[in-house]
Amino acid sequence: MDVVVCVKHVPETAEAELKIDTSGKGIEKTGLVFDINEWDDYALEEAVRIKEKQGGTVTAITIGSQDSESTLRKCLARGADTAIRLTDPKLENSDAYATAKILHSVIKNQHYDLILTGMQAADDGNAATGTILAELLAIPHATMVKKLELATGMAKVNRELEGGLEEQLEVKLPALISVQTGINEPRYVSIMGIRKAMQKEIKVMGLADTGLSENDVGTAGSWISIDKLYVPPVEKQAQFLTGTPDEIATKIVEIIKSRGLI
Amino acid sequence: MPEIFVLAEHRQGQLRDITFEMLTKAREIAEKTNRNLTAIILGNNTAEQAKALAEYAKTVITVQDPKLENFNSDTYKKTLTKLITEHKPSLVMMGHTSYGIELAPRLAAALNTPLATDIIDLAFEGDTLTVTRQMYGGKVNVKATVRKAETYLVTIRQATFAPKKPEPPANGQITEQPTPLTEETTTKRFIQYVLPPPGGVDITAAEKLVGVGRGIKDVANVPQMEELAKTLGAVLACSRPIVDKGWLPNDRQVGSSGKTVKPKLYIAVGISGAFQHVLGMKSSDLIIAINKDPKAPIFSFADYGIIEDLFKIVPSLKNKIYELKGQKV
Repeated sequence: MDVVVCVKHVPETAEAELKIDTSGKGIEKTGLVFDINEWDDYALEEAVRIKEKQGGTVTAITIGSQDSESTLRKCLARGADTAIRLTDPKLENSDAYATAKILHSVIKNQHYDLILTGMQAADDGNAATGTILAELLAIPHATMVKKLELATGMAKVNRELEGGLEEQLEVKLPALISVQTGINEPRYVSIMGIRKAMQKEIKVMGLADTGLSENDVGTAGSWISIDKLYVPPVEKQAQFLTGTPDEIATKIVEIIKSRGLI
Repeated sequence: MPEIFVLAEHRQGQLRDITFEMLTKAREIAEKTNRNLTAIILGNNTAEQAKALAEYAKTVITVQDPKLENFNSDTYKKTLTKLITEHKPSLVMMGHTSYGIELAPRLAAALNTPLATDIIDLAFEGDTLTVTRQMYGGKVNVKATVRKAETYLVTIRQATFAPKKPEPPANGQITEQPTPLTEETTTKRFIQYVLPPPGGVDITAAEKLVGVGRGIKDVANVPQMEELAKTLGAVLACSRPIVDKGWLPNDRQVGSSGKTVKPKLYIAVGISGAFQHVLGMKSSDLIIAINKDPKAPIFSFADYGIIEDLFKIVPSLKNKIYELKGQKV
């Protein structure tokens, strides 16, 4: 089974304090740590597990500058055979639609039985790129997948619904599956794996190699263009407790006690 | 008159809350911009649900077909493609839910209709649609313009617009349209709903909860959080990443894909406050949040906030409770 995994190199922002940059359309990237998008990490792991079980190949694809090679190295170290990086300044500011078109231009020429993506990216959280890509490739898809079982010519998947419920679907292969976090436990990469990955080549492609025009990508080829970023207005703000840890702990206990909860 | 379509979301016979949230917002836009509000329901034997929609929308279009009994993005795509092509609505709204996420991007690409997802606000300026959404897990808001088109597609974030039944009710006209589906879809087939096995702990019944998130950093720190909960007489709950990592079982998960809780006390420890989590706990009576990021969204929902390293606060807090209870530290 040949699997293509689409990955994105994103800043880790869950615990970072973010600042809006001077353009007003992006965030200050300096000081932020970049890594593979969390959802894509699960997609990558799923791809490698399929290869280990059934044989075949894993190809990892990303769109991004030189920096994003560290994410592709991670893919190679984890068990991907080939890595492709699409790069061109004109690809910047592509929304989900333009991104899907770029990925489509390359993947349509690859052999694949299965395409795996994360269900969304931690940065812009569109939850759309994979599904648009499936439509462009005219193959079936399923999103928010928490369980994936492969059989001859088809995949049986569990999709996450709200409130803990799941639905089970059968999807014909080749298909695109967008995975939800928790579908597996991504492994740590061995030193050996990292060393081996350093020797593997990353294929770099530009806009000219995709067959797309400038108007297909970037802002020109997007459905959405960002006007401005801003810090969400605070409708309600917590009352902050300050002091030493012991003083703060005393205040918390007093509050809980005053409510009769202790 | 141009139309606004709202796709009703239903599962196992029940209209979902997002439907009424969207209808309320769509009605506001329709009145402001002189558009007609049309609710769409695709299903099988959904006459009752259509009646409920008619209280909100001037027009209700239903398509009835056994093949539409359960949601399937293939059958929905085909059916909606026909309705959208015929009616050319200026806006189509669906939920940013497990159904909308599965359907909207594919439908948009098929129709070559611009799509904006996970929208928290939207407005027409003439024929141009501007939207507000969030990035970086809710830490940043984005104002964006959608490329000009005859029809726009949006998915709306859950629990963003408060539902309000129009007074008097819209008393909408219900019309049934023939199904365009001629055969069973073979590329994608619904099999069944799967309920996770019931766990040992019911966090929805707990009076006090300690909710832990990514900030606890390591599975090795779970026992000290468990201990804090125990000291307080609380039950340990968590946000999604903790379940994904396998540190706590999924019956402990608070949020849109987990449980909705309403305890008397919720202490959020190392939880940034992504909206999926907040959705599950914001109705708690008293919320205390500990997080080292002063801009963590959780502080907009908490009554009390502590901007500090949780590993400094948790031990002190445990000791103070022990002292109060007159027990040995």
